[in-house]
Amino acid sequence: MTEEKFEFTSGIKNKIFITLGIGLLLFIIGVLTVPSGHGHGAADEEGHASAIVEHQGLLASTDDKAEQHADDNEEVHGKGEHHGSSVTVKRIFANLWINNVYFAGLGMIGLFFVAIQYATQAGWSAGMKRIPLAMASWIPISGILMIVLYFIVGHDVFHWTHTDLYEVGGPHFDEIINGKKGFFFWPLSETPSFPVFYLLRMVLFFGLWFMFFKWIKREMLAEDINGGTAHWLKARKYSAIFLVIFAFSSSIAAWDWVMSIDTHWFSTMFGWYVFASWWVTGLSMITLIVVLLKQAGYLKIVNANHLHDIGKFVFGFSIFWTYIWFSQFLLIYYANIPEETVYFIQRMTTSQYRWVFFLNLFLNFVLPFLLLMTRDSKRQMSMLKVVCPIIIVGHWFDFYLMVTPGVMQHDGGFGLLEIGMAMIFGAVFIFVTLTNLAKVPLFAKNHPMLQESLHHHI
Amino acid sequence: MESDKHYVLGVFNDEDVLLKAVSTVRQSGINIHEVYSPFPVHGLDEALGYRRTRLPIVAFMFGLLGTSLALTMQFSMLGLDWPMVIGGKDFVSIPPFIPVTFELTVLLAALGMVATFMVISDLKPYKEPRLFDIRITDDKHVMAIDLAKNPMAKQQITEVLSSAGAEEVNDKDFE
Repeated sequence: MTEEKFEFTSGIKNKIFITLGIGLLLFIIGVLTVPSGHGHGAADEEGHASAIVEHQGLLASTDDKAEQHADDNEEVHGKGEHHGSSVTVKRIFANLWINNVYFAGLGMIGLFFVAIQYATQAGWSAGMKRIPLAMASWIPISGILMIVLYFIVGHDVFHWTHTDLYEVGGPHFDEIINGKKGFFFWPLSETPSFPVFYLLRMVLFFGLWFMFFKWIKREMLAEDINGGTAHWLKARKYSAIFLVIFAFSSSIAAWDWVMSIDTHWFSTMFGWYVFASWWVTGLSMITLIVVLLKQAGYLKIVNANHLHDIGKFVFGFSIFWTYIWFSQFLLIYYANIPEETVYFIQRMTTSQYRWVFFLNLFLNFVLPFLLLMTRDSKRQMSMLKVVCPIIIVGHWFDFYLMVTPGVMQHDGGFGLLEIGMAMIFGAVFIFVTLTNLAKVPLFAKNHPMLQESLHHHI
Repeated sequence: MESDKHYVLGVFNDEDVLLKAVSTVRQSGINIHEVYSPFPVHGLDEALGYRRTRLPIVAFMFGLLGTSLALTMQFSMLGLDWPMVIGGKDFVSIPPFIPVTFELTVLLAALGMVATFMVISDLKPYKEPRLFDIRITDDKHVMAIDLAKNPMAKQQITEVLSSAGAEEVNDKDFE
């Protein structure tokens, strides 16, 4: 085995820039073609009146206060929710948030994958750990974006940011949201003004993830120069601590960034659900990059046995995601409590989201389950190259379905705007990943488990 | 000559020698009945030219059987035979059926696979084990060659085995 370094050629860069350009173009066309005024004027009243009545009925049945709230809003806004920006702007904001949460997840899964490999003392992955490490370079960028975006999109995406919801006796007072005040603003705070607690968590989580990324990366790179097992042992120590922190922070991040959009609603499985979605997407992204690099002539150490192992990861965690999805669905379906079922009613019965709801299950469970079931399909690059993009796209739809109905209600849609924005984020993410991959050796020549990886045979 | 009765056994001490011997013996046109070893030897399956097991296909089939059995059972019980209102749901509602379907799929896939494995490996409770050499349970590898399945003379097979590195070459006859 010799030294190996990824060369970020202009050919690959051009492809990424073309994707970015097409994404921008589609985004602009998408923005221009969004039906304007939809959701404010008479068209909305006619087109969606019955659906809104149904939706409000469900919300209102949660308690008398909510009914009061809905009625009051009916007079002020003509609809049961705060409006703020126009439909187009809201849709752009929702998409910014979807994509940033989605790609932030890919970044942290990069680090999580590396940490898992160290903590479990896995040897098979010794030759491919530089790829998830490069993906983790996205963590600081997504962190900064997340904080900046919060201030831009906050009022439109997060219903709970409106302070009039907390005025006891006021026209918009909402008892359910008022009960969650301490979690958003500050524990025991009486008059909410600025969500210190919420933002503190955001900064703290990204800060911690970034620190552990730095430390683990430092040990991995020092190992290339010094050799020995000392760096590996240190990296394992950092990984173990990181995993404990990640277990809590990823879950709380899911409540903060995704679940709080549907402020009335809650699910105790949501932290796991979002993690499962991030994790299987991250694994698919790692697999896809490994396969593409392998086909470009890199990663000589990786053979069908390693692909088989990572393919099993993708296959297994597709089913894991489905298991979490179904557990959440079945509990809510069976208990049939209005304040919980409203989440699925919104997604299953409205024409805008119904197809996404079923597409989500088809792309993320049915296809990976059937296509990756056999041993051969996990060992062949051609099959992995088909299934991994399906999962990556499928879980984008999963996040779309988590965020959009809560932000847009009946004004949501899917079109060129969504595709364009996802392409822009994807291109930038891949560009950052490959830039960082090219900076360090692709082959960890002094990894203590290299021999185990070389002789890996399953 | 009757098959499954008269064997020539090559006894090997080292698994590397064994692996090389397996390919030389096969190249000289001898049909190997089986190789017995006290621990798994990596690469032995490939050296012996064994096809991969088709057990996963059996598992899939039994799984499908479990899925369809579970669904048929629940549909006929709650849809046709004895409809009951449970939790205000429809008589036939898919979500509550899924856990049962999942469990029966897994159960039948697992049990079916084990049963199939037992049958194809001839592992039955009253079976008398045929032990070629007691040392395969301790520290020796034994390559068994069925004389009836090889046209070659016994003398010739013995020579091939010894030259391939067998420590001993023994005869083994079963009643």
